[in-house]
Amino acid sequence: MRWSRRSALTPGRRGFPVAELEAVIGLEIHVQLATKTKMFCGCELSFGEEPNIHTCPICLAHPGVLPVTNEQAIRYALQIAAALECEVAPRSIFHRKNYFYPDSPKAYQISQYDIPLASNGRLGDIRIHRAHLEEDAAKTIHVGESGRIHGSSASLVDFNRGGTPLVEIVTEPDLRSAAEAASWARLLRETVRQLGVSDVNMEEGSLRVDGNISVRPVGSEELGTKTELKNMNSFRFLERGIEAELARQRELIEAGGTVAQETLHFNPGDGTLTPLRSKEEAHDYRYFPEPDLVPLAPTEAMLREARESLPELPAARIERYREQMGLADDTAALLATDPETAAYFERTAKEAGEGVEPRVVANWVTGELAAALRQADGGASAAESKVEPAALAALVAMVQEKKISNSSGKAVLATLVTEGGDPAAIVEREGLAQISDSGELEAVVAAAVEANPEAAEQIRAGNQKAIGAIVGAVMKETKGRADGGEVNRLIKQKLDS
Amino acid sequence: MLELTAVQAHEAMSAGELDADEYAEAWKEAAAGDDLNAYLWRDENGDGAAIAVERPCVAPIAVKDIFCTEGVPTTAGSRVLEGYRPPYTSTAVRRLIEAGAPILGKTNMDEFAMGSSNENSAYGPVLNPWDRGRVPGGSSGGSAAVVAGGLAPWSIGTDTGGSIRQPAALCGLVGLKPTYGAISRYGMIAFASSLDQCGPLTRDVSDAALLLAILQGADPCDSTSVGLEQAPRLPDREDLKGLRFAVPNDLAQHVFDAGVREVFEATLEKIEALGGEVGEVSLPHAEHGISAYYVIAPAEASSNLARYDGVRYGMRAGGDEDLITMYEKTRSEGFGAEVKRRIMLGTYALSSGYYDAYYGQAQKVRTKIAADFSAAFDEFDFVVTPTSPSVAFGLGEKTADPLAMYLNDFFTVPMSLAGIPAISIPAGLAEPSGGGPQLPVGFQIAAPAFGEQKLLEAAHALEQAIGFDARPEGVPGG
Amino acid sequence: MTGELSGILEHVDRIAALDLDDVAPTSHVVELENVLRADVPHESLPQDVALASAPDPVDGAFRVPSPQAE
Repeated sequence: MRWSRRSALTPGRRGFPVAELEAVIGLEIHVQLATKTKMFCGCELSFGEEPNIHTCPICLAHPGVLPVTNEQAIRYALQIAAALECEVAPRSIFHRKNYFYPDSPKAYQISQYDIPLASNGRLGDIRIHRAHLEEDAAKTIHVGESGRIHGSSASLVDFNRGGTPLVEIVTEPDLRSAAEAASWARLLRETVRQLGVSDVNMEEGSLRVDGNISVRPVGSEELGTKTELKNMNSFRFLERGIEAELARQRELIEAGGTVAQETLHFNPGDGTLTPLRSKEEAHDYRYFPEPDLVPLAPTEAMLREARESLPELPAARIERYREQMGLADDTAALLATDPETAAYFERTAKEAGEGVEPRVVANWVTGELAAALRQADGGASAAESKVEPAALAALVAMVQEKKISNSSGKAVLATLVTEGGDPAAIVEREGLAQISDSGELEAVVAAAVEANPEAAEQIRAGNQKAIGAIVGAVMKETKGRADGGEVNRLIKQKLDS
Repeated sequence: MLELTAVQAHEAMSAGELDADEYAEAWKEAAAGDDLNAYLWRDENGDGAAIAVERPCVAPIAVKDIFCTEGVPTTAGSRVLEGYRPPYTSTAVRRLIEAGAPILGKTNMDEFAMGSSNENSAYGPVLNPWDRGRVPGGSSGGSAAVVAGGLAPWSIGTDTGGSIRQPAALCGLVGLKPTYGAISRYGMIAFASSLDQCGPLTRDVSDAALLLAILQGADPCDSTSVGLEQAPRLPDREDLKGLRFAVPNDLAQHVFDAGVREVFEATLEKIEALGGEVGEVSLPHAEHGISAYYVIAPAEASSNLARYDGVRYGMRAGGDEDLITMYEKTRSEGFGAEVKRRIMLGTYALSSGYYDAYYGQAQKVRTKIAADFSAAFDEFDFVVTPTSPSVAFGLGEKTADPLAMYLNDFFTVPMSLAGIPAISIPAGLAEPSGGGPQLPVGFQIAAPAFGEQKLLEAAHALEQAIGFDARPEGVPGG
Repeated sequence: MTGELSGILEHVDRIAALDLDDVAPTSHVVELENVLRADVPHESLPQDVALASAPDPVDGAFRVPSPQAE
């Protein structure tokens, strides 16, 4: 039980003990689909061009026009539903969401209401409440001092964006911290990106994430009053915004206040939150079924196509790497967000065969190889590099079998990066084969011990660190071809004898 | 040549007996004589270039001002679209142009198709050519008046709750509302999306069939369009043997004019004389049609009309103040009273807490009405009613009480809710209940969904037997 | 206007009395499903045509007054 110091010390406050509060966070995500044309008309999607050059009577809501649904948007939405393991409604319909605003030319948005396309899914540890299709609003530029709604004199409306297909995804309030929310949002982003259905770029607006945030005493099952948080256009801002709001709600409750339901705008400049008198506040949208469109009844063929079109998505891949291949969590996560490198890793592991653990291969790929590529090439990817998976596999095996030392291995890798080729040939050419003849090595060790009597004395006296000097001497003599562990062993053996 | 029906003219043109350009020119001249306030636009200055027909081969046609026509003013009878010229043409009009039908003009209508008398137009009421002190019906009042008044050979209108059939009845014409989805709605300014349908207003059933053939078809621009299974053929049926016609019971109490009832009964006798069987059927939920319709239509309209906000086209007021003021002033000054009334009703019916009781409930009533018709069609081929409870009423007679105006749609609304096709044919003349010269009475026949061919055949046979050939004074033909 | 509206509401309220608990509301009149369009671009309107009917076109955009300042 955490007591609020302030309330205990301040007379006149209610000063009741405040139980430990936990965060309860849900996310509302809008994904702009990368179709060629808009949701309900054949205008092309636009990217920051001149205003009003991708419009037609339909998306300008002229009298008499009618919407016609884009089949690719349905396909993409079904793929998202499949990726999020949702149940797809056998028959879903569109609804009109009625509200007046210049960016809403029909004065209603065609969306889905009580029968969405998909529901009851999950991604990672978070449950998906629903996913549905709708159309994006147009863009309003407020011409005035601050460029925001308040304090401007006129607005200019550009309908290029109006009508872009959107999938809205709503999670259950399963998230428990700002960090978890940002991390999960990244997983969602990567998952959708790998489907190829959207650019999901937060800075460009093809991915928008709003938060629904409340707090409640730990152990309570009831939900507190939630606020809605908007305008966080990066994962970092998402985390900061949620943190700021959680702090605000906690302080408010500890001071004896209650959280009011409101919409807050995140200010990226200083990380503060401003209540919005948004067009959506306490609005009655008067939803009713869209009479101009007929229901969607996804066929078995459409559902199968969606399922079969899924690549192995990040969540599943992380799972497989961890469970079946024994990779560490962060290595698995790293590879899962980089499908090309992941494919490279898997080819290499296959070439290396059963003698080499995948974990070892993964560490080479994400560690040594990545470092070597950064050094040489300024960041080419593994798949683009000259290092063939078979070559890397052979190299890893050689090091594992102690045919060459670790440091020799790095040297060979550097050569592979610049020239490509076969590691065995490089080892031979450069004379990097590990000294496997223990006799030869013993002789070098003996010579090194003799040449370093002070170090030998210290080691015998118990200072293990002094061994470094002798190891170094051996390495120098052998040009790094000796196995470090073996050298250590032989030195100790020599000194003990 | 202005006495020829469109079918007759088409045959004559095909046979080389009638010069298409001369014919088109003659109609253009006739249209110029409009003293009924029926046309809102005619091509006088050549600004109809984008919708011009190079080589006419079908009779020229008048088009309700609810159909978007590129470069040509399209107002939907409203101030909020004054001066608006669409950047595209509706599918229905495009099909007319492709068929070779020159567009004579855009006709006056109740604002946004909301009305049963054409008194809700921002551009003044349309006068009934039968009696200029009376209404032509609505909302396709202009489209009816031009055909009845000799200002066009045929026209197209829209029907949401009766807006083709009722003016057809009040003007002595044939008016067809096809099955929902038979004709594309793309470019037809939306009032109530789940009810609106384009349809013909013509002098006879054959013309209606020809126009339906030109207009119908699935359109990739309209997701709710399916077209008809087979292209309509010109009807040639001569009797009604083996066909069964159902009259809904409890009908009489909803008819206002005794004369209407008499013509209705007489028509039933003609059906029997042609070998048809007449029986009774119960449509228990049809009487709630008005209630359901006046929830559903305004609800959808409140959403469809929200785009008239002064931002992208049309009228703007208060543009130098703030956003909300601009919205409020534009819509308050741009919309007439009936439109405002329905927007408010519709907004209420959809609002949180009221949706289930109003919109939700009305859509359930709709399911029941459709089921009632389905059951009726298990035993009968058609359902028949008077089209309108009265003959044409006087200008200003019903404007004080919106509910009274709404009840004009009593017989036509259920078919709209069920999405089934229905046609009104002139069945005779009758004196209005207040006394005066006789006025046309319409007879409505409804058929199962996509039963247009059977419907046209039966209507044609009955029309021949009725032999309605009256015309307003001074109008050629008959 | 209020009087008219209450009169109309009274009339439509009649349906509230009907017992329709087991009835499905009609949400779509035509029995169609999956009417879709291929993801192929059409020609958009040139900027000047898009703005041709605009009450206040400025720099290729539609100008509107801002919401009232707080």
